[in-house]
Formats: sequence, structure tokens, C-alpha cells
Amino acid sequence: MSTPTWNVDQLIDDPNTRIIVCCGSGGVGKTTTAAAVALRAAERGRSVCVMTIDPARRLAQSMGLTELDNEPRPVSGIKGDGQLSAMMLDMKRTFDEMVEAHADSERAEQILSNPFYQALSSSFAGTQEYMAMEKLGHLRAQSDADGTWDLIVVDTPPSRSALDFLDAPARMGTFLDGRFIRLLTAPARSAGKGIGRIVNAGFGVFTGVLTKVIGAQVLKDLQAFVGAFDALFGGFRERAEATYSLLQDSGTAFIVVAVPEPDALREASFFVERLAAEGMPLAGLVLNRVQESAAPALSAEQALAGAERLSDEETGELTAALLNLHAARMNTVTRQEHLAERFTGAHPAVPVCQVPAFAGDVHDLDGLREVGVHLAQ
Amino acid sequence: MSVRAEAGYPRSMPTDDIRLHVVSGKGGTGKTTVAAALALALATKGKRTLLVEVEGRQGIAQLFDVPPLPHDERKVAVAPGGGEVFALAIDTEEALLDYLDMFYNMRRAGSMLRTMGAVEFATTIAPGLRDVLLTGKFCEATKRTEKGQYVYDAVVVDAPPTGRVTRFLNVNREVSGIAKVGPIRTQADSVMRVLNSPQTAVHLVTVLEEMPVQETIDGVQALRESNLPVGHIIVNMSRTPLLDSAALEEAAEGTLDRSQIAADLKAAGVVGRRGASTAVVVDALVDEARDHAERVTLEEGELIRLEPLELPVAQLPLLDDGIDLAGLYSLAQSLREQGLA
Repeated sequence: MSTPTWNVDQLIDDPNTRIIVCCGSGGVGKTTTAAAVALRAAERGRSVCVMTIDPARRLAQSMGLTELDNEPRPVSGIKGDGQLSAMMLDMKRTFDEMVEAHADSERAEQILSNPFYQALSSSFAGTQEYMAMEKLGHLRAQSDADGTWDLIVVDTPPSRSALDFLDAPARMGTFLDGRFIRLLTAPARSAGKGIGRIVNAGFGVFTGVLTKVIGAQVLKDLQAFVGAFDALFGGFRERAEATYSLLQDSGTAFIVVAVPEPDALREASFFVERLAAEGMPLAGLVLNRVQESAAPALSAEQALAGAERLSDEETGELTAALLNLHAARMNTVTRQEHLAERFTGAHPAVPVCQVPAFAGDVHDLDGLREVGVHLAQ
Repeated sequence: MSVRAEAGYPRSMPTDDIRLHVVSGKGGTGKTTVAAALALALATKGKRTLLVEVEGRQGIAQLFDVPPLPHDERKVAVAPGGGEVFALAIDTEEALLDYLDMFYNMRRAGSMLRTMGAVEFATTIAPGLRDVLLTGKFCEATKRTEKGQYVYDAVVVDAPPTGRVTRFLNVNREVSGIAKVGPIRTQADSVMRVLNSPQTAVHLVTVLEEMPVQETIDGVQALRESNLPVGHIIVNMSRTPLLDSAALEEAAEGTLDRSQIAADLKAAGVVGRRGASTAVVVDALVDEARDHAERVTLEEGELIRLEPLELPVAQLPLLDDGIDLAGLYSLAQSLREQGLA
């Protein structure tokens, strides 16, 4: 089966490419891929901003990111005419800034100090995804306004499911716009109207139950929060929707990242199908940590048989060990090839770019350059 | 492994008294697999264990190759010696309804809340409440007795990842910001009594790479600051060095005897007339040996970084063929040999 291949240079050299989103399940090397793509683009002349989420400490340091300050900072050591800025996402700060941007200072203060807001902004499953989306919209608006960057590369949060990134804004929207929120705010909103009275009658029973279960103070905090938040919500949703449609733009490209393991490839499959369903442009799949051998003609079976024969000799111990090592490697190579073929069988049109497994971690610009070279092969 | 022996780690913690095992780890380190293997290991010799999933991903069902688990405890595997592993995928909404039923006899009111979207609301907006329900459910299973006997000899939880597990377990702190008094607070307090007791151990799964090891170190610190009992560090997918230390050194320095290797390969009949070219194979083997040596050095370095934690370390091998049921049983055996069960 022939797999279509792709080359990252075609993507980053095209001035129409304005946003690249690297997504995939947790632990597959999304951050490294995003950083490598951004660095390569910058060194080929683009003005790039890369937003990383939770990078490894040494990788962050290599890009001059020593603290989480939520603002892009220039990366030094870039070769050529382009430029690279990098940032780490601070989700709580992004959320706070969003509230401050949409509410007057008194109301913002009220929201920021509410215990429900604090829970929502720091640990709602999905806040990080939502805030990554919000920050992306923000960076894009900034670059449209002053031309600071002509390419934004984003890493996505380390959730188990790659789909979380796309689902979070909708989930947050459904949630904030849900019937329950409507109910909690209904008495204030529809007082005096016919329908309001009916809702209020049901609401009495309902708050009774809630008070019993969660306690009166909690319910009061909750209503205060929902009341204050409700006024802001329209603005939030508009922005989330605008950013979401930005992702469907032809200037956006998704790079799906995976490793040759069943779980990661299954997630990659879901994601590829979802992108197609949403009309979001897929550049291709990056398959990280692919095991290779320079002697693929020597199969695992042959190597093991050779090692077996050498075990009788006096001097062959080292070579036997090397052959066993090669056999283990070839087993991995074969298993990974099989998994990659299965993915391509299911998605024959998705181009695949393989990045070999490195013996050590990638933690400096040279390491990122090396990844970049593989992405362009 | 020699590094561990030299470091003088305790071989293991006494696990006899531990009945609730919480397994966490960075994404991609295989915590679900380890949790499943631990549940199997603890069930060996006629015991009964419960394996609990809290993130609604149906990872356990995939591992044991059974249909998706309902919100209901059911048997998924038989352990060596006649033990049984039950599994439960906690559904937060169902747990809330159970909770209403159990404490208020209010299942019907619960259904009403559900149609109004309140259940989704409660489990979404206040992660603390959600965690109270999840932790409450498995703490209840841990404490549950029938005719004066524990229903489960041990409960193993496939918990949220390291970065979130302290917050998840530390429901009391989370909830105290929201509910200062009232039934939810009472429930949270009772959960914390189980979690802070010597019956509980939180194990962290890692692989020997920079990020997961760093996250493990940070995670242990966070758990300790919250008085949560840390059990084992479980190093997953560890590679057994296939070369002795002299050969590893030569491989790293590129001083392996190439002509000897070439001669051996010919003697073994794997190169030559119909086989691959000798020079290509020698180069490949030398390169692969160097990669292996680099990897071993890196892993030993990461293992040393775990030493200051002063925790028992168990190691599970990387399975070349990926994880299947047979692989799970062999990992379970390995956990038993290392004193985790």
C-alpha cells in the first residue's frame, strides 16, 4: 500500500498559511512538533508565534521560556531573517483577562472572587482547551491588527482525547447556555411574564431540593455567580464561535500528531474523521518516535537464529547480544509498520510524515532543527 | 537493576494493610494498564478486587476486551488461584443519583434535576462536587461489608493523571471553598478520612523520560503536602539492558570491534552470499548498540533523579508485542514479585 507523504516546507513556505494547530492525544510529542514546525518556519523567513502548553522544562528554557507569563517573548538564536516568539499558556490568567475585558471593574471583581468562578477557571475539565482557543483568537487579532506575526503555531492541551480541544468551547457554551443556568437566572429575567410564573413555580420545588442537597450558602453563591456571568456570556460565546470558524478557514492547517501505538492512532483516526466532518483543513499526520533500522533486510528471525548459532562459539558473545538487540528492534519496526498500515488503510487520503525515534530527549534548538529536517523529508 | 540496589531503596512498603490503591501517572505512561495489572495481582489466590475507572474513557473494557462497562460492578477477569477482578466505570450522573438515593431517598428528585440539566451543571461547574461523587463512590466500595466481611479485599482506582490527582483526592480542600457546612461537606469529610488513612496508597506510574519523571517528582511533593499517603513509584516500560556494562561503554564510545563483529556475523551465516551486505549490517548493529547505550544511560539518569523521593520503586518491562491479556497477567506477576501485592 502506498502512503501519500507530505512535507512541512510546502505548508510553512505558503504565505497563506496563517495558523497551524498541532493536535493529538497526550504524550505523543505535540509540543515538540509544534516547536519544531515554528522554528523551521521562522528560519525559513516567517514571523512566527508559537503557543505551547505545558512544555518540558528544558525545552521551554531553550526557547527562553522561564516563567509562565502568558505573553509571547522573542526567542534568541534564530538563524536567518525570520523571527520566532514563544509563550506558555496560563489558563487562569487568560480566563481572568477575558472576564476583565468583558465586564466593568466592579462586576469583574465580583466574578473573580466568587468560589464557583475560581473552581471553573482553575479546574473545569475543558477550561484549558477553551482558553487555548481564546488565546489563539487573541493572538490572531493582534497579528491582524499590527502584523506582528504572519504565522501562529499552537500546541493543544494534554488531554487523553484529541477531540477535547474541538469540543471544549461547545461544551462550555452548552453548559453556560444550558437550561439549568436559564432556570437559576429565570426569576430575575422573566418576572411578571406568564411563562415566568410557571417556571418560578417549578423553580421553588427545585431550589428546595438544591438547598437540601448542596446547602443554602452554596446555592446563593451559585446564583450570584450565574447572575454576574450571564451578562458576559454573550460576548464569550461570540468569541468562541469566531475562533472556531477561524479553524475552518483555508489559512488554517491541522497537523495531527501520533506515535505508532494503538491508542494514539485510534485517537488520531477519530480526529481526522472529525476534521473532515467539520470542514477543517488537515495537512497530514506526523508519526513521531518511529523505530527504524539501517539493516531492515536482516529480519528478527534471522538475527535470532544467528545469535543462537553464535552462542556455541567462544568469541561470539558480544555479536550475539547485538543480534538480539537488532531482533528486538526489528520486532518493534514490524509492529509499528503494521499499525501505520492499518491507519493508512482506514484513511488512504491522509498524508503521513514519519519522524524517527531519537535516543535522547529533544531539549534544545538543534534538536528541534533535527526534528524539522525529518518533517521536511 | 543495579542502580536501585546501590541506592538502598526499601524493597517495598508493607502492602498487607492497604485496601485502596490509587494509581496515577502522566498521560502516555500506561497508568490504566498498571492499575489493571495491580487489580489482577491483588486478586491472586482467591481474593476479590474492584478496578475502578473515573474518567469515563472505557479504557478498562478495552484492556480486558469486554463490552463497555456500565455504571455497575461486574466481573471482568479471573486471577491465578481463583481470584476475581470486578470492574466499575463510574458515571458521574449515576453516582449523583446513587448519592441522592442513599442519603435522601430522593432518586425521583434526582431524575427531575437531571431533566433540568442540573446534574450536568453540578458535575461540570464544580469539579469539587464531581470529585466528591467519584471519590465517594470508590471509598464506599472500599468500606463496604457483607456479613461482617469486606466485599472487596482491595480496590484499585485508575485515577486522573499526576497533574490533577492531588486536587482530585483532596476533595475536602476543594469543597471547603464551596460548601462550608451541609451534607456535601459531611460526605467530603468522610471521604477524606478514608483517603488519609493508612489503608490508602497512591502509586505514581512513570516512564524513564524527562517530563514524566519531573511530573512524578512534582506529584509526590504535592501529595505529601496534602498528607496523602504515597505508595510506590512504578516505572513502566523499562528496558532491560541487553548488553553488559563493558559493551555498553564501548557502544557509546563507538569502539566496538567491528572486524570481530563482521567475522562473527559470517560465522553465524547471517551475512554473505544470500544475506545482507556485511558492512551495512555491521554499521547498523553498531548504530543500534549506540542508541541502546544512550537510552540506557538516559534511563539510569532519570532513575537517579527519583532517588531523593525515598520511595520504593517497582519496574515493569516494556512488552515488545504491546499489551494484551497475556501481557497483563505477566505484569501482574511482576508486581507480585516486587512486593506490591
